Amino acid sequence: MTLQDTNTAAARAPHIGQAHRRQTARRHLAGRGRFVSDIVLPRMLHAAFVRSPMARGRIVEIDTRDAEQSPGVVRVFTARDLNPSCKPWTGTLDHFASMVSAPQNILAEEEVLWAGHPVAMVLARTRAEAEDACELVMLDIEEGEACVDGHAALSGDAPRAAPGLDSNLCFQTVLETMAVDAAFAGAAHVVEGDFTFGRHTAVTLEPRSVVADFDAASEQLTVHHGTQTPYQFQDIYARHFGLSESRVRVIAPDVGGSFGMKLHLYNEEMAAVAASLKLGRPVKFVADRLESFVSDIHARDHKVSARMALDAEGTILAMEVDDMTQIGAFSTYPRTSVAEGNQVVRLMGAPYRMPDYRGRLSVVFQNKVQTSQYRAVGHPIACAVTEALVDKAAARLGVDPFEIRARNVVPDDAYPFVSATGYSFEKLSHEACLAKLRDLMDYDALRAEQAALRERGIYRGIGIAPFVEITNPGAAFYGVGGARISAQDGAVVRLTPSGEVQCAISVTEQGQGTETIISQIVADQLGVAPEQVKVTTGDTDTTPSGGATWACRGAGIGGETALRAGRKLQGQILALAGQILQSDPADLALADGHVVDAQSGTRRMPLAEIGRIATYRPDTLPEAADNSLTAAEHFAPSGYPFDFTNGIQASLVEVDVETGIVRLLKHWVVEDCGRIINPLLVDEQIRGGVVQGLGPALFEECLYDETGQMTNASLADYLVPMACEMPDIVIGHVETPTNDTILGAKGVGEAGTAAAGVAALNAVNDALSPFKAEIRQTPMTPLRILAALGHV
Amino acid sequence: MKSPAFDYIRARSVAHALETYRSLDGEGVYLAGGHSVVPSLTLRLQAPAALIDLSGIDALTGISLDDGWLRIGAMTRHAEVAADPMIRDHAHLFHLAAPHVAHPAIRNRGTIGGSLSLADPASEFPAVALALRAEMEVAGHDGVRRVKADDFFLDIYETAMDPGEILQAILVPPVRAGDVAVFDELARRRGDYAMVGAAVQAMVDAGRVADISIAFFSVGNKPTRAGAAESALRGARLDDATIAAAQSALDADLDPSDEPQMPASVRRHLARVLLGRLLGHLGTTA
Amino acid sequence: MTMDIELTVNGEHVRESVEPRMSLADFLRERLQLTGTHLGCEMGACGACLVLLGGKPVHACLVLAVQAAGETVETIEGLSESGAIADLQAAFHDRNALQCGFCTTGMMVNAHALLGDNPAPERAEIRDALSGNYCRCTGYEAIVDAIDATARKRASDVEAPA
Ligand SMILES: Cc1cc2nc3c(=O)[nH]c(=O)nc-3n(C[C@H](O)[C@H](O)[C@H](O)COP(=O)(O)OP(=O)(O)OC[C@H]3O[C@@H](n4cnc5c(N)ncnc54)[C@H](O)[C@@H]3O)c2cc1C
Ligand code: FES
Ligand code: FES
Repeated sequence: MTLQDTNTAAARAPHIGQAHRRQTARRHLAGRGRFVSDIVLPRMLHAAFVRSPMARGRIVEIDTRDAEQSPGVVRVFTARDLNPSCKPWTGTLDHFASMVSAPQNILAEEEVLWAGHPVAMVLARTRAEAEDACELVMLDIEEGEACVDGHAALSGDAPRAAPGLDSNLCFQTVLETMAVDAAFAGAAHVVEGDFTFGRHTAVTLEPRSVVADFDAASEQLTVHHGTQTPYQFQDIYARHFGLSESRVRVIAPDVGGSFGMKLHLYNEEMAAVAASLKLGRPVKFVADRLESFVSDIHARDHKVSARMALDAEGTILAMEVDDMTQIGAFSTYPRTSVAEGNQVVRLMGAPYRMPDYRGRLSVVFQNKVQTSQYRAVGHPIACAVTEALVDKAAARLGVDPFEIRARNVVPDDAYPFVSATGYSFEKLSHEACLAKLRDLMDYDALRAEQAALRERGIYRGIGIAPFVEITNPGAAFYGVGGARISAQDGAVVRLTPSGEVQCAISVTEQGQGTETIISQIVADQLGVAPEQVKVTTGDTDTTPSGGATWACRGAGIGGETALRAGRKLQGQILALAGQILQSDPADLALADGHVVDAQSGTRRMPLAEIGRIATYRPDTLPEAADNSLTAAEHFAPSGYPFDFTNGIQASLVEVDVETGIVRLLKHWVVEDCGRIINPLLVDEQIRGGVVQGLGPALFEECLYDETGQMTNASLADYLVPMACEMPDIVIGHVETPTNDTILGAKGVGEAGTAAAGVAALNAVNDALSPFKAEIRQTPMTPLRILAALGHV
Repeated sequence: MKSPAFDYIRARSVAHALETYRSLDGEGVYLAGGHSVVPSLTLRLQAPAALIDLSGIDALTGISLDDGWLRIGAMTRHAEVAADPMIRDHAHLFHLAAPHVAHPAIRNRGTIGGSLSLADPASEFPAVALALRAEMEVAGHDGVRRVKADDFFLDIYETAMDPGEILQAILVPPVRAGDVAVFDELARRRGDYAMVGAAVQAMVDAGRVADISIAFFSVGNKPTRAGAAESALRGARLDDATIAAAQSALDADLDPSDEPQMPASVRRHLARVLLGRLLGHLGTTA
Repeated sequence: MTMDIELTVNGEHVRESVEPRMSLADFLRERLQLTGTHLGCEMGACGACLVLLGGKPVHACLVLAVQAAGETVETIEGLSESGAIADLQAAFHDRNALQCGFCTTGMMVNAHALLGDNPAPERAEIRDALSGNYCRCTGYEAIVDAIDATARKRASDVEAPA
């Protein structure tokens, strides 16, 4: 390499922005992943649970005697045995004023509150034996009346979903500007609609898994936990079981998908820890798929009434929205079940200049599985309601969907901008994204093709949907509400004696590529190759504490932390090199594994030599020299409370108007996540996210009957999106870095999910438009489409 | 989702299987491909004392032609049904239907005999057997008997076989000149059990329907011959009016149950649509 | 009751005593520590547990270990170590056709079998072959791309031998 090359490459941060492949992926490709479900420890016991078969009832009797005698069984626990060891948890936060939720504990005590509520825990030598014994536990429950429907639950004489509640209302809030009513009164056009968004669930391919291992001799609790937030669980286990935090170690090895589902507290994980504390033996619980459906959090479950006011030119004047979120018998812990609805009412109309707004949120208890934060919290709902109404308005005005959006998005030169719901946007790029999408999808040609096919009785539809995504959350999210959930992340970067780099960081990896981007960022600060940076994540004993993975923070916050730690270490190395080389550190730089002359790029000494001297010959260094070669940094965003990103999606569908079957033909996304650290990984985050948005738009739904039984709680009956039904996804980018950080990266993990569903919804409605038919409920099943078409 | 404990016996012959079944006093369950039995065990829907594995019995395997009749051994896997040239030529409907049964890996294990014995009203093969007017070769302690498909499927998961009897083979009547087969189903995702499906075997002569048999699945408690629709078609020209008449006649043929996610009226509607498409397709195939 | 079974797993002769109720998947994972075979549903609906039985992909969650007696089984570990899927692995890696990795082993087993049967599949045929393999992370397109790329590479390697 010429000196010139070295120089410019170093200046340009040679690895940030490159499509580096994920080194860790090789293990998985060889079948060498190590998931919690793979872990086996000496003397380990397997747990299985006896669960309530009904949605609401009073426990009359639990008889465990036969189960205790069953072969292989070591112990059978009920609430009486386990609950006293654990301080109850309550899923409320202070910043959601006057929200309520009943306290929870490990096993159901007197009442069962949803079908699936764990009542007894069996510990046996094998899972099969534990399941055998579960069948022998005699459970006598007197069935009570369940709250199933949210509207009914709010009526005065409805039964309460949990004991101790005054009403089934968990939380209510109203958000409004001064002139909403005037805006509607003076509007040339008002479009409106009632929307229903079904419940769905994460269905991570690896179910929730935990191995709790308490060693009484050292008073050490080690929990191997398939989670995205190990520090949060370290804190919870320590506080709720009265243990010293330093003796609680949570290790999240490979995690087979999480998507927000694996950061909530669940009864079964607490039971495994409680049982291990009691027995002094490792206890393993791996949810089987049936248990996943009735214990993993569900998502969404909204009923929304909304209307939008526009002037004669199609300028959006105001929206008025009423969202009811239905959440199960409790609000989840420690993040609550209110954040979803809160984001729904705050993200309405987010891409638009809309001056006025009123949003009303009611969060309602019912006797079903709890709902809570799942990938793209609240976004798909807000986006769907907004964009469906914008399309309706476009149709009313006879304006093209692109045109009406072009008239209303916040112009790219109008930032900073504060939305009607109070969000501050630093800088977004809706206009650039609209233009780019139009080119990317060849919109005019698609419209021509659509018209030609319609002549032949083939009904295609095109739907578009701009979106705004919340990323890089600071303490405003949870911390201000009193939750012990970290908004900062930490990194420790070290130079090894042989001149390589190790980075221990609090953000975690579930396959997004966190470790890869961190290695790229650190590599650029230290002038090494990413392969020379070993990144460690997911172990509370060996990595600094931080928020880990939630609400899109890996790149924006984790990346910035790594960058700052890397720069700090760079400073240390240069200072040391300056002392060794008798040079001014300001004249030195790092490149290609060497300390180089900052001006000329000439190599002065290898990093390995720095490592060697600092480690083995510190005696040769001046007295006060810092030979630690270790830098720690913790970073939390402090400018804007969140960094918003934006983008736009489009969907092309074909509707079989006789059968109601929708085929997704193609999907497009133009995304602006700020500085792109690794384009390959960004695109795959978007694709995965899109499919997670399309699933619930067409297939995924947790169905309940009128008694509160989930009727499709298996992977044979709950329809996840599969390869044949999902489209190819074309992606384009606009890059608007945030000035809040040095790195300039924002999040991208939720963008795909935010708008994919409504792009498809708008496309289906476009296809149905010749029939004056419209669908406002997801998933868009053949039945619902046929109903919209008047066939049923 | 672990199965309850059971014993496992690998039957050496049909006689051995029958004998073993009898010795278990109603507590035995035959195991073919196991792709319905094993899930029902892991879901703990049944708890047999023993599984009697039929896969090692030679008499249940093989595909052969005998006097024009095609004999398909009960242990023939779905994947073989899809790929076998004799089935393609002499029982074309099975060939057409097989790729719709589940997914590739399941087709490597699931057997035609298991599918017919299970008599799941949502399954493809029972309807195909009806449309082909196939016969079932059933072995019991009193010997072997043949049961017409029309008499074989009685109710949901219920056939004319007595407990312990074994389905040895499926016998398909000789192909006639002019025979055409069409098959399709409406499923939400590839490989799913269908919302509605149908198998049609017809003889079309100079645009007229000389003979036809139509069997629907996923429309009620068992695979169902559409007798009224067949009558509307038999002897008629295959034109739009005839197709419409056949579609209306379906109302008399089908009695789907009302389910929250699929009201009977919707299933009837889908059945009419599917029949219309299949007959249109028949017109162009014949 | 337990039964003694003998079978060949990844080329190694194995003799074990098992309960008849033990699935082949649990047998591989628990007895042989071949944890590359994953469990996502235990009812044939996700494809995470695919292995080759007698050379064909099957769901190890729906086959009993006793049914596999006398047979040959190949798992992701065996396919990986023999080098049989080295090019597929490279293509998956290059295309980033995996995220959490939990579906990946089943995908590889299925892709390997597909390309054995149909060396030049259309994209739609690849998607069809994967119709029983669930992936929650990737959205499938990258997986289809990687299999497609492997097929093309194999075809061009045959045409232009090195
Ligand atoms: C995820 C999944 C999806 C599926 N999708 C479909 C689908 O779309 N369409 C479809 O048709 N099927 C589907 N199946 C079912 C599959 O095709 C089954 O394998 C088949 O129906 C039963 O065949 P088997 O050989 O596995 O039978 P087994 O499970 O071994 O047996 C089924 C029943 O028949 C009895 N039995 C088996 N053989 C005989 C015999 N020779 N004589 C008497 N009794 C016998 C058994 O005792 C048992 O009661 C699916 C299965 C799974 C797991
Ligand atoms: S675990 Fe076997 S298919 Fe899901
Ligand atoms: S990579 Fe996670 S399920 Fe496919």
